[in-house]
Amino acid sequence: MTALFSYLIFPGFLFSALVGLMACWVDRKVSARIQWRVGPPWHQNFTDILKLSFKEIVLPRGAGAVFLLSPALGFLAAVLTATIVGNAFVTPGQAFVGDIIVVLYLLIIPAAALIIGASASGNPLAAVGASREMKLVMSYELPFILSMIAVIVKCGGALRLGEIVAWQLNFGSNIVSWSGALSFIAAIICVQAKLGFAPFDASEAEQEIMGGVLIEYSGFPLAVFRLTRAILVYTLPLFLISLFWAGNTGVLVILGKYIVLLVVIILIKNTNPRLRIDQAMRLFWGPVTLLAIAALVLALLGK
Amino acid sequence: MDFKTRVLTKSLFVFHAACSPCNNCDIEILDVLTPRYDAERLGITLVGSVRHADVLLVTGVPTRKTAVRIKKLYEQAPKPCLVIAVGGCACGRIMFRESYMSPCALDELLPVDAYIPGCPPKPEAILAGVVKLIKKLRGEG
Repeated sequence: MTALFSYLIFPGFLFSALVGLMACWVDRKVSARIQWRVGPPWHQNFTDILKLSFKEIVLPRGAGAVFLLSPALGFLAAVLTATIVGNAFVTPGQAFVGDIIVVLYLLIIPAAALIIGASASGNPLAAVGASREMKLVMSYELPFILSMIAVIVKCGGALRLGEIVAWQLNFGSNIVSWSGALSFIAAIICVQAKLGFAPFDASEAEQEIMGGVLIEYSGFPLAVFRLTRAILVYTLPLFLISLFWAGNTGVLVILGKYIVLLVVIILIKNTNPRLRIDQAMRLFWGPVTLLAIAALVLALLGK
Repeated sequence: MDFKTRVLTKSLFVFHAACSPCNNCDIEILDVLTPRYDAERLGITLVGSVRHADVLLVTGVPTRKTAVRIKKLYEQAPKPCLVIAVGGCACGRIMFRESYMSPCALDELLPVDAYIPGCPPKPEAILAGVVKLIKKLRGEG
């Protein structure tokens, strides 16, 4: 019963969807202010989701159940991630061993759902988007996992998110140490790519491949994909806070840290042009991986 | 006014369908998105794929080649899909009316919901046209 409550209401589906949609509004508003515009009203993303769920669902020829079910796959995984990460703050003691590894796996599923759905739609531009998304996943997973390992080593081999948070409560945030700072930089670049924000939005480039992976989606499945993105916008910065910046876990402090991280991500998004997929791969397998390895070595040395 | 119409009019996703225009109208449409006019504050966003669209913003005269395609594009859009004709060409073919390359006007192909005349219409005129369409949908006048 408690598990169901935490999955469906707090900190799972309902809470993460509400916060995520508000965070998406912050994204649009801050982007608008950067471009000297007014920006949409606060309820814009809620309206978009509602409107999309009333629209007709167009099924392209040759697409079937896989096309319609893959949004649900990504959505369920995103909600589960939000629940696990949220519970690391709410009930740190009750986490199971290795939940950080589960979160790492679950975070790949929304991207995998995009790839499956795009491939099932049978559209050539969606296939281009899917292949780019696949390359992007392969390139950012390596530095992301390396920076997670650096954190685990730093926290004395703690494999529970709750333990990592508790360790930081006792010994101070990871981000103020050398290894923590370096792996944080590597991880935030990976998070940018996980969210599909510029400069890593080649897989759904609206200007060149017309929405890429999402090109054939309409109506309710598109709304589910947008909701998944919103939940990830809530979850990933919170995950970063739990790993790197959990020295103080008061509600207001977490909120402040979350907004700071969100605005940093939005600023990176708004000040960088889109990278070609080969440039993105070179970036992730080169400098970012080296950064994560340096962080890991420093963590092993106890810095 | 039911809830569906209410949310639809508050979040219009616009697909810009260039139906052999001379590009003047297209430039004016892009002006609507710039900081001076900022259509996003009304919930209007430009989308890349016609499957996401609520509004088909058509510029130009349907020619023998584009007439087929604009019709196909409308069929690909999820319903309800509104059509706005921007510019004199899309509204009434102006000087291309007698052209051998122009088989018919846009409103003989698609159900056009709003006409925004002008050559090209000013950004203010485009916004005014969209607002009139929204008011018509909501039954406000």
